[in-house]
Amino acid sequence: MTIEAWLKAACEDAERRGLAELKPLLETLARSTAALREADRLIDRARL
Amino acid sequence: MTADLRSIVELAPLVRSRAVSPVELTEACLQRIEARPELNAFITVLRERALAEAQWAEEEIAAGGYRGPLHGIPISIKDLVDVAGTPTTSGSAVPPRHPETDAPIVTRLRTAGAVIVGKTNLHEFAFGTTSEESAFGPVRHPRDPGRSAGGSSGGAAVALIEGMCYGSVGTDTGGSIRIPSAACGSVGLKPAYGELPCDGVVPLSTTLDHIGPMARTVIDTAIMFAVMKGASVEADSRVKYAFGVPERYFCDRLHPDVREALGTTRERLERAGHEVRTVEIEHASRTPEVYLHIVLPEASWYHAATLATHEASYSPGVRLRLEMGRYILAEDHVRALHFRTVLRRAVDKALDGCDALLLPTLPIPAPVLGEASVDVDGTQEPVRAAMLRLTQLFNISGHPAIALPAGTTGDGWPVSVQLVGRHGETERLLGIAAAVER
Repeated sequence: MTIEAWLKAACEDAERRGLAELKPLLETLARSTAALREADRLIDRARL
Repeated sequence: MTADLRSIVELAPLVRSRAVSPVELTEACLQRIEARPELNAFITVLRERALAEAQWAEEEIAAGGYRGPLHGIPISIKDLVDVAGTPTTSGSAVPPRHPETDAPIVTRLRTAGAVIVGKTNLHEFAFGTTSEESAFGPVRHPRDPGRSAGGSSGGAAVALIEGMCYGSVGTDTGGSIRIPSAACGSVGLKPAYGELPCDGVVPLSTTLDHIGPMARTVIDTAIMFAVMKGASVEADSRVKYAFGVPERYFCDRLHPDVREALGTTRERLERAGHEVRTVEIEHASRTPEVYLHIVLPEASWYHAATLATHEASYSPGVRLRLEMGRYILAEDHVRALHFRTVLRRAVDKALDGCDALLLPTLPIPAPVLGEASVDVDGTQEPVRAAMLRLTQLFNISGHPAIALPAGTTGDGWPVSVQLVGRHGETERLLGIAAAVER
C-alpha cells in the first residue's frame, strides 16, 4: 500500500470516527513511515 | 523541612548498628511527602503499611536478622508496577487494576527488607516524556513548579531529590528512567533488555519496555540493581576506561550548556587517564521512525479493549497517540522490527574497542510544562521528540544505559550524561559509572 493511499484511508477513517484532530498526527506519521521505508530499501537484507 | 539526602550506602551501616531507626527514617520520608503535595510526586502514599514494615524491619534487625543494605530503607515504586493490595493506576482515570500479588521486582525488594512508602506519579501509561499528562496532576519540578520533572518516571525522580525516599523503581521504554533522572539531577539505570522481569508491570511496548532502579548516586543505584537482579557490583577505581562519544546525530543539536557539560566531562576523564574517542553509530538518524513504528502499534494492542470502553478516560494526548498506533500497517511494524537488528549491530560496532559510550542524556534542561516545542540551539523541536532523541536508541538496541549528573546549566538546571555499555555487562557499566561520577 502506498503511503499516499494509506494516509488518505487513515484520514477518512479518523474523520468518520470523529477524530479529526488525528489528521495532522497521521500526516506526521506518514512522513515517518516514508523515512522508514526508504531506510529499509537501502539496507542490505542479505546481511540480516 | 530539610530533606535527608544521605545515601543508602551511608545509612545502611547505621541502620545495621541500630544507630538509625527505620521507623524514624520512614516517618521522616512520609512527612516530606506530605509537606510538598503540590509536586504531585505520589499517587498513593502507603503510610500505615510503610510504618508497619519499618517497625518489622527494626525488630528483625534488633533480633540479629539483618538482610542487607536495603533493610529498613524507604523506597518508592512507579505506579505502573504492581504492589499487592494497592491499585495500579498507571497515572490514568481508566479503571486501575487491583493486583493481589507483588510484581516479582517488588517481591525481591521486600525480601531484601526495603520499606515501600508509596506509588509514584507518572506520565499516563508511561506514554510521555514530561509526566504532565496524568489524572493525578502533572509532576512538578521542585526547583520550579512551572517546569517538568521529565518522564515518564517523573514522580520517582522528584521523590528522590526531595528526600521522600532513598531509592525508586522506574520503567523505561524510550528513556523514562533516564529522562527524569537527567531533568532532576539524579541517577537512573535502564538495564539490558530482558535483564529484569517486567511481569506485573503495565506494558507500553513489550519490545522496548525495561524496568530499573533510580537513586541519588551511582552506588545506591548499584545496590538497588543488585537486589532487583540478584547480582553483585564492584567498582574498580584503578581501571582506566575507553569511552566512545557518538558525535554525529547525538551531538548535532544541544543546548550550549549541555554541550559544555559533555565537553567538561570528557576533559575530566582524559585528565584522569581515561581514553575518550569519537565514534559513530551507523543509521542512528533512523532511530525515531524505528521507535515510532514499534511503540505505537504495541501500545495500541494493549489498550485496544479499554479504548473501546473508556476512551474518554484517557488524557487527550495519550488517547490520540494510542489511536495513531491502530493505523500502522503490519508491514511497517515488521520493517521496524527488522531495523532493530540493524541498530543493535550498529551500537555493538560503535562499542568495539570501547568500555562504554558517553553522550548527553537530554539535549535540553527540564522544559516548561505545557510547551509543545522547545528551542534547541536555535532550532524549534517538538518537546517529546527532543526528550527522546538521545535515549530511545538504546531501548531499541537493548544495551544497558545509565544517566548520571554532569553539573548544571548557567542558571542552575541539572545536566546529565549517559553511559551505554555492552550487552551482558550491566554490572560492569555500573562500575564504569562510579568512576565517571563526581
